[in-house]
Amino acid sequence: MDSMRERFAPVVTRLLDEDPRVAVVLAEIGLAGFEEALRRHPDRVINVGIREQLLIGAAAGLALTGLRPVVHTFASFLVERPFEQIKLDLGHQDAGAVLVSAAASFDWPAGGFTHMSPGDVALLDTLDGWTVHVPGHPDEAATLLRHAVAAGDDKVYVRLSEQANAQAQPVDGSRFHPVRQGRAGVVVAVGPLLDPVLAATEGLDVTVLYATTVRPFDAAALRRATDTAGTDVVLVEPYLAGTSTSAANDALAHLPHRVLGLGVGRRELRRYGSVDEHVRAHGLDARTLRERIGGFLDVREGLRVRAQV
Amino acid sequence: MTTTATQRRDTDGYEQGYGHDGYAALPGLMRLMSGDEKHGPAATSTLDALWVLYDRVLRVTPATVDDPGRDRFLLSKGHGPMAYYAVLAAKGFVPAGWLPGFGSYDSPLGHHPDRVLVPGAEIGSGSLGHGLPIAVGTALGLRAQGLDDPRVWVLVGDAELDEGSNHEAIAYAGPAGLDRLHTVVIDNSSASWALPGGIARRFEAAGWSAATVDGRDHEALYAAFTAPHPGRPRVVVAQVEPKDA
Repeated sequence: MDSMRERFAPVVTRLLDEDPRVAVVLAEIGLAGFEEALRRHPDRVINVGIREQLLIGAAAGLALTGLRPVVHTFASFLVERPFEQIKLDLGHQDAGAVLVSAAASFDWPAGGFTHMSPGDVALLDTLDGWTVHVPGHPDEAATLLRHAVAAGDDKVYVRLSEQANAQAQPVDGSRFHPVRQGRAGVVVAVGPLLDPVLAATEGLDVTVLYATTVRPFDAAALRRATDTAGTDVVLVEPYLAGTSTSAANDALAHLPHRVLGLGVGRRELRRYGSVDEHVRAHGLDARTLRERIGGFLDVREGLRVRAQV
Repeated sequence: MTTTATQRRDTDGYEQGYGHDGYAALPGLMRLMSGDEKHGPAATSTLDALWVLYDRVLRVTPATVDDPGRDRFLLSKGHGPMAYYAVLAAKGFVPAGWLPGFGSYDSPLGHHPDRVLVPGAEIGSGSLGHGLPIAVGTALGLRAQGLDDPRVWVLVGDAELDEGSNHEAIAYAGPAGLDRLHTVVIDNSSASWALPGGIARRFEAAGWSAATVDGRDHEALYAAFTAPHPGRPRVVVAQVEPKDA
């Protein structure tokens, strides 16, 4: 299976061919994938060098002339380093762009903390009007990239990862989708964490919602799920733990409810190694998830122990 | 302030009743915002460069603020925008009646400009170091759409060049040959650590065409603004009185 990132350049190259508004802005990273596109569209494939403030500022300038910039680099250098440019050059200028990141929270653990960005979605949550897509499979990434570029002049973030589920799910660029129905709680699995969540909740009487578009947060889908599964909610997110906890609380503000936010921890591990080792270190492997989800929901195999709702 | 032929002509025109849109009207328009009788050099450091640009160089009018083919002027140095608002009012982009409300809750005119609120303002600014990178993108966007006529201007301050984001833009625009891009640096010696070797040389080292002129001399500004610079972006360093003088 090719990776999400390997899909990125072919999908966007086709969009460059189809839509004269589309422009790609790079800061060296990812340039190799656009060699052919650069030959065909030399004025709409722009590499500014290793300059991430200029990366976002130039994208904003392109947008102000009417183009639809697609901006790409690693998440650390796309969201964290030029964050004020995202806030001002895009948000305050009322300009749109599609930001597409790679490397996610710990796709390259041997690269260390400098190339990890577990806080990207939480940072964007401090700003108004961002759509955030977190695909869990390369096919979903292709679909969500096309949704993002087609979204007028909206501000859209697409978080690509080397971590992926075995099978693609249908995604529509807005809603959460139920993939398992139960009565003893709702587990929201975001993007690449669907497979571990499905393994962790095997045989448990819970509803599993699959989320790939996490902003705006699909409050209606969560409320609908709680109608039959009760108002105990576990969020399992591949970025900072608790990033969507307040969104889930807001969705259920009219009801007594409990929310557990699982995800990547804040503490810097200062470890290299493999993705699997980091998944385990953050408690996001299926076995640990089963313990944490089971403990919070107080469910056992196939039955609900504590009637709570 | 040095008196030039242009200023005399503008002043004469105002005194002869040619209307409120002349250079001589600008101090009165600024007084509507501040109530001060006189403005110090710092408040007017940008005034002459702005006037020459809007009066004689920029091909944009209140009727063409949304025209894809217009020239773009980006005020990056958003601090002290009274001179900018005065010029926009003199040229009819904003009503002079907006000026007395400067900085109030209901006014579109803040102490830093907001492009969403001010007709003719291409960017909102205030945080230093954002205009030049956005101007680079604007130049790239125009080129990508085959709009070869419009030019892009951005005004920065000498101390604003402390911000590293400018140097990302300067170092890219020269080698990229963005010849529609123009930067005006208002140099009132306000940087605590002036660029060694001077401002113009820093741009020249990155492949820009550069000129340094008296920022109060309208003819010198006009000549520097309109000199040809094929294949290279252009910087004009406009020297005015030191901020602390």
